[in-house]
Amino acid sequence: MLEKLKGLVDSFGLPRTIITSFFVFVCLLAVFLGIPFLPLISDMVVRLGMNGIMVLAMVPAILAGIGLNFGLPLGVLCGLIGMLTAIEMNLTGFPSFWMSLVIAIPLAVVCGIGYGWLLNKVKGSEMMVATYVGFSAVSLMNIGWILLPYTNLELKWPIGQGLRTTVNIEGRMKWVLNSWGRIQIGSFHISLGLLLFLAFWCLLVWLFLRSKTGLAMKAVGASRQFAVASGLNVDKYRIIGATLSTVLGAVGIAAYAQSFGFLQLYDAPMFYGFGAVAAVLIGGATVRRANISHVIIGTFLFQGLLVVSLPVANLIMTGGNMAEITRITISNGVILYALTQVSGGQ
Amino acid sequence: MSKQITNAAASQTRRTKAIQSIKNFLSDNIVTIMFAILCYVGFKLSGLSLMFIVNDLVNRVGRNGVLILALIIPVLAGMGLNFAIVLGAMAGQVAVIIVIHYGWSGIIGFLAAMAISTPVALLFGWLTGHLLNRTKGQEMITSMITGFFANGVYQLVFLVLVGTVIPMVNPEIMLPSGIGIKNTLDIGRIKYAVDNLSRVTFPTAVLAGSVGILLYLGYRFWKSRIDGRVTLTVVSVLTPLIAAGAMAFWSITTMNSKSMLNMVRVPVVTFLFIGAVCLFITFIASTKLGQDFRTIGQDLHIAQVSGINVNKTRIIAITMSMVLAAWGQLFFLQNVGALNTFAAHEQVGRFAIAALLIGGASVSKATIGQALLGAVLFHTLFVVSPAAGRQLLGDAQLGEFFRAFVAYGVIALSLGMHAWQKAAESKRKNR
Amino acid sequence: MGEFVLEMQNVSKSYYGTQVLKNVSIAVKPGEIHAILGENGAGKSTLMNILFGMSVIHSTGGFEGEVRLGGEAVAIKSPMQAMELGIGMVHQEFMLIPGFSIVENIKLNREILKDNIVSRVFGEKMKGLDHNSMAKDAKAALNTVGLTIDEWARVAGLPVGHMQFVEIAREIDKENIRLLVFDEPTAVLTENEAANLLATMRKLADSGIAILFITHRLDEVMEVADNVTILRDGALVSTLRKQDTSVVRMAELMVGREIETMAREKGSEMGQDSTILSIRDLHVRMPGEEIRGVSLEVKRGEIFGIGGLSGQGKIGIANGIMGLYPATGEVLLNGEKLELNNTKGSLARGLAFVSEDRRGVGLMLDSSIEENIAFTAMQVKNKFVRKYGPFSQVAQGEMRQHALAMIKELDIRCRGPLQATRRLSGGNQQKVCIARALTLDPIVLFVSEPTRGIDVGAKRLVLETLVKLNKEFGMTIVMTSSELAEIRSVCDRIAIISKGQVEGILAPDASDADYGLMMSGDFAKARREGVV
Repeated sequence: MLEKLKGLVDSFGLPRTIITSFFVFVCLLAVFLGIPFLPLISDMVVRLGMNGIMVLAMVPAILAGIGLNFGLPLGVLCGLIGMLTAIEMNLTGFPSFWMSLVIAIPLAVVCGIGYGWLLNKVKGSEMMVATYVGFSAVSLMNIGWILLPYTNLELKWPIGQGLRTTVNIEGRMKWVLNSWGRIQIGSFHISLGLLLFLAFWCLLVWLFLRSKTGLAMKAVGASRQFAVASGLNVDKYRIIGATLSTVLGAVGIAAYAQSFGFLQLYDAPMFYGFGAVAAVLIGGATVRRANISHVIIGTFLFQGLLVVSLPVANLIMTGGNMAEITRITISNGVILYALTQVSGGQ
Repeated sequence: MSKQITNAAASQTRRTKAIQSIKNFLSDNIVTIMFAILCYVGFKLSGLSLMFIVNDLVNRVGRNGVLILALIIPVLAGMGLNFAIVLGAMAGQVAVIIVIHYGWSGIIGFLAAMAISTPVALLFGWLTGHLLNRTKGQEMITSMITGFFANGVYQLVFLVLVGTVIPMVNPEIMLPSGIGIKNTLDIGRIKYAVDNLSRVTFPTAVLAGSVGILLYLGYRFWKSRIDGRVTLTVVSVLTPLIAAGAMAFWSITTMNSKSMLNMVRVPVVTFLFIGAVCLFITFIASTKLGQDFRTIGQDLHIAQVSGINVNKTRIIAITMSMVLAAWGQLFFLQNVGALNTFAAHEQVGRFAIAALLIGGASVSKATIGQALLGAVLFHTLFVVSPAAGRQLLGDAQLGEFFRAFVAYGVIALSLGMHAWQKAAESKRKNR
Repeated sequence: MGEFVLEMQNVSKSYYGTQVLKNVSIAVKPGEIHAILGENGAGKSTLMNILFGMSVIHSTGGFEGEVRLGGEAVAIKSPMQAMELGIGMVHQEFMLIPGFSIVENIKLNREILKDNIVSRVFGEKMKGLDHNSMAKDAKAALNTVGLTIDEWARVAGLPVGHMQFVEIAREIDKENIRLLVFDEPTAVLTENEAANLLATMRKLADSGIAILFITHRLDEVMEVADNVTILRDGALVSTLRKQDTSVVRMAELMVGREIETMAREKGSEMGQDSTILSIRDLHVRMPGEEIRGVSLEVKRGEIFGIGGLSGQGKIGIANGIMGLYPATGEVLLNGEKLELNNTKGSLARGLAFVSEDRRGVGLMLDSSIEENIAFTAMQVKNKFVRKYGPFSQVAQGEMRQHALAMIKELDIRCRGPLQATRRLSGGNQQKVCIARALTLDPIVLFVSEPTRGIDVGAKRLVLETLVKLNKEFGMTIVMTSSELAEIRSVCDRIAIISKGQVEGILAPDASDADYGLMMSGDFAKARREGVV
């Protein structure tokens, strides 16, 4: 019996098992405490759509053999520049959102190629270097946010130099996806626009992974030597993986920000990578293996847990920032567990 | 004729050799040299007075020195830059909170904090060591994530558990709800507990430093007599001798002048403690344990085969680092005089590591000299960059962002270069 | 104290039911140099693993028989214990730390310590190092092996030959050393250095140390050994005194076995004798298997064998032609020049390769059988792909059909084409590799070590598959293997590679002595001296 249970846990993955049980427990607790559950579910679905693409960004990086892409802030910065520029161009609604992507994606492609080139130079230590490349890029852009020649007063501090810490995008691109195809049934609501947007990008990635190039990229990640023996240029496919991941990061932040309603500049993008990494790991991915179902399951579980635990924690104990603490502990705990599984330990 | 030619050729090779060695020196120390220049330019731009900078620097080096030195032993043991000293800092903070809670003050309070922090740091070190043994080859990312993870647990303990699970009543340091510790604690009770034990003027400290150099030279001389490996060359004797002489001369003239530097008061015991930590690290490096550290650092596999208990030795290394970090954080806090309960530890790892790297250390090599030099350079930059930013671009914020970027950038650069070399090496081996 | 330093009596060992050592006994006296001679897989390393108490032995159920040191039975459980009992090993690849000085390397984890105040309280680990005494010991040991060099020099900058001597110095510095094992010590040395080394071995033996000398170089055995034990297929063939034997006799004993020829009749296209692949002055920089100027002609429709001892370079030929390791020289396929160092080009021109590193190079272990089979052909020949302008999608149906056909054709035992290759047995994994190569419709198929790590029954199946491909489809196959018996059983002609060059080409039924001499690289010399 115990054996069987252990086998089940092994096949399901320890983090996924623990988080799922925890999630179910907190949900039951919420119901038990009489917290209205339908709004919570609505919120979970929104969070899935909001965060899903950034988590999806992990898939090409992991499959190309780069590992967990802690350098996600690079793509996020590109996305932010895209959105800021769209506002600077005084666009509103869907045009502003599409323009953000039109600007952000080519930028992300360029950054991604450079990033991939760099990661090719540091094979074997990608994760650590990627983390600090992400940190450095964010702190360099801190200077950029002050110096970049944006003039729109929605973006700039009313006095002094530079852009605001948080830019309100109300009336610009806020909720363009969320309000498209929004269905409200009582206290439950769901927005088709947001989910379709996520589904669209998942489909693109899925199709890519079934193309000749996509299969080659997967082979490079699965076994570098095998790929070489099949005549593939390993570095090229790793760059493709890094670029794709960066582009998804840029698109992901756009989806996130339009739902959140604010652009967070300065130090805020620094830790986006960690949340995305944790989510995909919770979904059952490992440092070497990931697919789209891991993204969906992981994002839903991780964000769902955060959504439900907040009201529950507030009811049980006053004070303290339970949601934040849960987020930090779970995401980093899951990453640590994944790291101990890389070499199996000794 | 032919003799002339050989002579010319010899002098030629000597010259190219000299040029080569200068080139090597430059390329080996490029980061440090760049930062020295940057500091100088920043100093000039900032328009700050020398006295202001020296005063600030004495404070900052005094309070950060031990934290930076805490990084050396894990590097020696091949575990890379120990981002997990954040945990050590937390151990120190735990101790401070306890000490403040019980209302101990002054040097007694400080010593109590040291005593309390030590077992906590030992425990953290032991746990981290086990974790790092399970993630060989990925120590740095693991230690970094461990720091983040521990931060979550730390918040859980001091925001949620204190006052609920852990019985504690103390309105002075706790939030009004009775649960959790305040965001900022006034720890005036132990402010300057060590720093103010004894202070001397800056020139006096420099004079003491020159005496220290002479003593060290004497030790080297004695050592060269009994140990075949240590040989004294003209350069290795003259350089410190001249430096000591210049320092002594400068300090004596300054003492007798009206220089503002006479107003700078150096905390004697703090610097003596930093000196003691340096001696401790030197001593450990010279022992059998130190040799084991180095062996493991050079080649894990050979160390294992030759019968060294690799895992245990690595745990010892990380634990030593952790205890030093805990004490280092205590020195930091007693100087600052306030505890930012949930943020004070966050920057510790990054700043200490950046300082060490700026001093010329790398992921696989770090010395005491590099740590001290790095401390001075990094904190000079810290002091001058906001002012320089304001002067240059009219925005002090920009200078602050710049120094933050420098800290991240230098770590990224160093990690990248190390990984690059490692990748190139393994490629060479496999091809 | 008995007459012998080491006696190993009736030692047998099996791994998971496969017997790798059968009743082997050897005995070594003080001052004796005892050579152990055998092909790869003859059981030399297993014997040494037993002697050193390696964990690989104990974790697989130990061994049968007895080991006696100085007349006393001992149970050696770990390499550390072996060291304490006075057994030393000079490794083939150096166990030296490049960043350390020679002294530190010689005294690695055996540093001479001295007390200080702290160590009296905190114990052993706090003791300081007595550098002077360490240097004195190291110097003495270096003198014994005849190396005059600054003992504080770093190992990193030393020539390879010196490193070997530092290793030896480290072993003899161990005060109780009485038995020293040299594991193919001359493999990495130049001729001069090798001669020096042999002289040093003699000197050490004369000082009373017993030496076990593992080698495959027959001339070295003749030069330095007192006695020689020859192993073949895990069994002891013979123990001889040097005076009673000769290079030719040893060669025969080392190789000799019954050759089981696989029933095969020549296809009709054989005998046309047209060259399909010609290799001229090929050099390949593959570490450990370097090729230094090989010229060969492979004929259409034959199975061409490449044999030789490991480390001599035979593996390098196929790897070089396929562009996996940097190569120079000229390769003609069907008379047209092949661009070297271009894997994709080689594959596109109709060469296919089944690698010796099945799990590393040959397979994506976590991917499905069908993906493994189809992958290379998809990338190189655009098979199983549908094009939509610049985009493409994998043609799942075609891929599945092909995989199913291959599974049937090669009799791959699996749960279906979607099973991950990691879960397959070695033999079936090898068949997947062969299927992948066949999917490329190759003109010439390179197969390296096709039966390595496969159980006996599966070995036969794999070899039969190769013969069938050759016979039924007339496919030209170049097969590289360390197992001489196996190449002799399926190949038409066999080239033996020694020191990165072709030592000679033999027919499968040539004499054992010829094979033995060629493998050990003594053939040319023996011929010069008129022995053969």
